[in-house]
Amino acid sequence: MLWNTLLLALRSIRRNLMRSFLTILGIVIGVAAVITMVTLGNGATQAIADQVASLGSNLLIVRPGQRLGPGSDTAGAPNFRLADAEAIAEQISAVQAVAPTVSRGVTVVYGARNWSTPITGSTNAWFQTGKWTLASGRPFNEAEERGGKAVCVIGETVRRELFGEQSPVGQNLRVKNFSCEVIGLLVSKGQSAFGSDQDDVVVMPLRTVQRRLTGTQDITGLRISVREGASIDQAKKQVVLLLRERRGITPNEDDNFSVLDTRQITETLSGTTRVMTTLLGAVAAVSLLVGGIGIMNIMLVSVTERTREIGIRLAIGALEREVLLQFLIEAVVLSSLGGLVGILLATGASIGLAQLMKVPYIFNLGINLLAFLFSAAIGVIFGFFPARRAARLDPIEALRHE
Amino acid sequence: MTATPPPGEPLIALRGVTKTYGQGQAAFQALRGVDLSIEAGEFVAIMGPSGSGKSTTMNIMGCLDVPSGGSYLFRNIPVERLDRNQRALLRRHYLGFVFQGFNLLARTSAQENVELPLLYRGESAASRHALAREALASVGLAGVGHHTPAELSGGQQQRVAIARAIVTRPAVLLADEPTGNLDTHTSREIMELLTGLNRDRGITVLMVTHEPEMAAYAHRVIHFRDGRVASDERNGGTG
Repeated sequence: MLWNTLLLALRSIRRNLMRSFLTILGIVIGVAAVITMVTLGNGATQAIADQVASLGSNLLIVRPGQRLGPGSDTAGAPNFRLADAEAIAEQISAVQAVAPTVSRGVTVVYGARNWSTPITGSTNAWFQTGKWTLASGRPFNEAEERGGKAVCVIGETVRRELFGEQSPVGQNLRVKNFSCEVIGLLVSKGQSAFGSDQDDVVVMPLRTVQRRLTGTQDITGLRISVREGASIDQAKKQVVLLLRERRGITPNEDDNFSVLDTRQITETLSGTTRVMTTLLGAVAAVSLLVGGIGIMNIMLVSVTERTREIGIRLAIGALEREVLLQFLIEAVVLSSLGGLVGILLATGASIGLAQLMKVPYIFNLGINLLAFLFSAAIGVIFGFFPARRAARLDPIEALRHE
Repeated sequence: MTATPPPGEPLIALRGVTKTYGQGQAAFQALRGVDLSIEAGEFVAIMGPSGSGKSTTMNIMGCLDVPSGGSYLFRNIPVERLDRNQRALLRRHYLGFVFQGFNLLARTSAQENVELPLLYRGESAASRHALAREALASVGLAGVGHHTPAELSGGQQQRVAIARAIVTRPAVLLADEPTGNLDTHTSREIMELLTGLNRDRGITVLMVTHEPEMAAYAHRVIHFRDGRVASDERNGGTG
């Protein structure tokens, strides 16, 4: 009986192919939208997690001032000194390496080409804390670091913009009024979690930048990597305590610096993505609901159109629940068909859009299954009212219906 | 449900049946006390002007409707006490319907139309095919099973409808003006068919008709007037 009813429903759908297609279009779009949104959201979250992981999972970033991001207030807060970095490295055992940084945006010139890029002054610890590796050349030597020599290591973007196909190592860049030898090239890391190009970078010894570009002894940031196995939270607390002491902050004053760890960044960013995914998913779910109303509408039309058929079935001896089931199954088949087509559409759209947005495509079985079950449930919910109307028809009236 | 009438009890018995439509001032009394007994194997024609109550009586005897007052015993079962679904089961197992307008499912083949009642009886696909083919053959339509109603003549459509009504081997065949939409020649063929079913298979036939010529095929003619049985006569029958 159930199998026959299913065949009956399929035949009835095939008979009104155009109408059936338009009816399920709402469900198709709803399901496709929900799945695509969630899949892309997951992909974006994964991309962020991957990129933050490329920073190193054990990284602490210390900056002067309290807030991070746009509108950050560093005006009143004093910068760090090299001695701060040295103290952290010496006094906190969980710390593996400390890279003091100072940066300045400048235009670098090679031959006829020039490129605006931030120049970072730091030590060899910078490569270690940022998990950078060299594609060619070498890091700074001690003499270069101590003497503030005009040498630099450049990122892939800078190489591409200035050197094209040429090998950069051993060439001389002009930075403002001095010439600087390229001694190394970094392996590309791609875009950062914040959307900036991590390869757009020129690194020089700290002293070189302090003497030739900023003209002060200030350090504007510290990058601290924590030893494998050591507690990041613990290390963070110790860094805060030590810096408070060194910066002479009294117990009832707030910190005038901030310490971020990469896990925190991941959480903040994926939290934002999750909220966006939920919101977009909710909007898409509304379209599913609209699709359900479309199904109810067409089922009511169908019941009216087929009143005589219902009358015949009832006269022949169909039970109320058999007629109910017939129309319910038809609605469920319609909506599930919409769900299936929606899933196919979503798979195509997700793969395409993921490529376009440069996020990984991750097939999410859960959301596909959920969307399909939801579409079937919509058939049951919105098909019930029309089906009950059909089942409760008076056979005599129904047979008289023109 | 399967209670058979004790010997001597009629198959169909209406006892003081009344039927009122609407309420209060607008109430219309379609039946004003009908007493009627029909034995198994009879061929009964029901006649009367429109509004005389013959259609209402047919609906009640067909278990499509229930009396407002009095009692309707079908196989000794008081139908007025049954709910919709119980009456549906009675129709499914004991009754077959033939309508003036044929009432076949459009865009559905004759074969499938005939199989429809078997579907609700839970017959297997193989048994449905065989029984429906046999029923179509018995109404003289062997080999047209794949045609849809639109591809068949009126007479053929009514034969398909009769095949659908008898495929479940019902006790009673209720025909509501079965020849109303057909020409005289085709009408006679249909009447011959009904007569044959009554004679050869012992199916009780209840038929509403306007045409005395068709009523002449029946063994018994009941006239309705103003919601009552006006006359109840036996004739020799020409079948």
